[in-house]
Amino acid sequence: MVGKGGLLVMIKSQQLQRRESLNDPVSRWDRMLEIRYFEDRIKELFAEGLVHGTTHTYQGQEAIAIGIAMTLRPTDNVCCTYRSHGIALALGMTTDSVLGEIMGRAIGSIGGVGGSMHLSDASIGLLPTSAIVGGGIPVAAGAALSAQVLGEDRCAVAVFGDGASNIGAFHEGLNLASVWKLPVVFICENNVYGEYSRINLTTSVEDISIRAESYSMPTEIIDGQSVDKVAQGVARAVERARSGGGPTLLECKTYRYSGHSRADAGLYRPAGELEEWLKRDPIDLYEAQLIEAGLLSKERAQTIRQEIQERIAQLVERVMASPLADVSAMFRNISIGGGQ
Amino acid sequence: MKLRMRQAIAHALADEMRQDARVIIMGEDIAAAGGPFKTSEGLLEEFGPNRVRDTPISEMGFLGAAVGAAATGLRPVVEIMFVEFLGVALDQLVTEAAKFRYLSGGAYGAPLVVRASVGSGLGFGAQHSQTLETWLYATPGLKLVVPSGARTAYGLVRAAIRDENPVAVFEPRVLYAEREEVVLGESGIIPIGTGEILNKGNDVTIVGLGQTVGTALAATQSTTWTADVIDLRSLIPWDREMVCESVARTGRLVLVEESPFSGGWGTEIASYVASECFSELKAPVLRITCPDVPVPYPPHLEKRFLPSSEYVREQIDVLVSTNKRDQPWWVKGGYLS
Repeated sequence: MVGKGGLLVMIKSQQLQRRESLNDPVSRWDRMLEIRYFEDRIKELFAEGLVHGTTHTYQGQEAIAIGIAMTLRPTDNVCCTYRSHGIALALGMTTDSVLGEIMGRAIGSIGGVGGSMHLSDASIGLLPTSAIVGGGIPVAAGAALSAQVLGEDRCAVAVFGDGASNIGAFHEGLNLASVWKLPVVFICENNVYGEYSRINLTTSVEDISIRAESYSMPTEIIDGQSVDKVAQGVARAVERARSGGGPTLLECKTYRYSGHSRADAGLYRPAGELEEWLKRDPIDLYEAQLIEAGLLSKERAQTIRQEIQERIAQLVERVMASPLADVSAMFRNISIGGGQ
Repeated sequence: MKLRMRQAIAHALADEMRQDARVIIMGEDIAAAGGPFKTSEGLLEEFGPNRVRDTPISEMGFLGAAVGAAATGLRPVVEIMFVEFLGVALDQLVTEAAKFRYLSGGAYGAPLVVRASVGSGLGFGAQHSQTLETWLYATPGLKLVVPSGARTAYGLVRAAIRDENPVAVFEPRVLYAEREEVVLGESGIIPIGTGEILNKGNDVTIVGLGQTVGTALAATQSTTWTADVIDLRSLIPWDREMVCESVARTGRLVLVEESPFSGGWGTEIASYVASECFSELKAPVLRITCPDVPVPYPPHLEKRFLPSSEYVREQIDVLVSTNKRDQPWWVKGGYLS
């Protein structure tokens, strides 16, 4: 239960500190880099055979995670997909708890039994991330429903990809939220690809936001490479949700630098497409913006990059040296049917 | 108080809603219309539209919303009009709700109830007459209970709402209008995971679930043998202790199922008892089930589809007198050839 949070909040104050640090623009940029280097390292660890299973990385989409996290309150609820390392880190989860989870360690966010696709942290409102495309969309509507019924000043956010807008859960979730005027924001990260397929091969519309019209829902198309644009759009939608104005669909245009999962090199992409998007890399854009505003120098930026690389290197060593999840972990937090 | 099963369910919902402001109910036509089977009559008037909600025909949407609402402070009760409609929402129950507590390290539960009407007997045909318990059976994290009348419906619905886990209540539709004496209040609540011995005997243990409990009881009339008749009530988890204790005394187990022969709910119980009570068994475990066909529409065939009390009696006559299993009627009648 979220509400029992007193003790939880004390124990997890590190998450809240990380969340609050996003009030500082340079820290936002720092966090974007943390996500980027973290994900780069995850890909290497998989390639080196040090992590098993699968993973879905977030490089290229960092501005969206930061824009959302800096705008929401820690008491708001967030539902995400299996591509959620970046959002989890932005919301405040520590790199130890995320990497620990990915590597099946006891220090993982849920004790190592979930893995890369299953992150969760009640202290910052992150509901269990779903490995089912679109699975979290009606769930977010439900988290908003509880706020509405209980009269709490809380809203819910569902983050999902363009591919999810073709699944029934998207349409049912948006319709229900609209009919009941739920305080929820649906954020589509349109990264051009659903698994291995380009959006034009699978989706009847180029702009997902068009689908909001079917649900009488306000919508915006946002430059997903810009932290400020994302944050402003999320702020408008959240304000509408909290003031009883109902749900909003936001479409953030972005690009997935990696393939769908670790097994996918993304070779189906047209030549030059990735390069075009790299010209508008969200981290470079934000860096230039901070330098322009006099908040960051090129030298300081270089130092920060090095520091984060070192932090990530130490993180990997620390997590790999930490104990694996104990056998007892798989029997926790589940009602057992009684099989003997 | 004597109530119809549908009234007992409405009482159970109302009693929990009065005690706990977190309980809300939602489903198709459950508010203004009082429920397609009148299991929520009067609730909208008493509790208002914030807590009693008509939904779109959108099971994935509103069952998913129940998961999110349950995780963040409510105790939603969702009605699925016909259990088949759970098919389009199964992801949210099996893959989300059942795993929420596990996948959040215990921080977010999904204490929700899914009520669904099930079963044959009212002429609804192949797509509205199944029981489908085994859709949920192999899902750790879920519980599943099946009332056999008004009394158990009241007690199980209240227990389901209080449970910290997602609980499915599969309500035999044919019993909604049946009257039974019901114990209202706290003492009427039935702990999940417990069966009930409705008849004591020596020669055989008969286990029923839902509407086959009545069939099993009726089958024990005018027989040369006597039987323990157990209403299982709860399928996940089921009362292993009660069943095994009974089988240890009688030496024979008969499962009367409103499910297909292949993969019906009794397979799990038969398998467990066969290995756990092997030395106490005098005869093979007998499953009396429906044939492996869809539920037929016309009344005479729908009646034939479900094991009748006469058929159950005949099958047990053979079991008790020979310690061998009689063939099911569709085999003896040559219908599979």
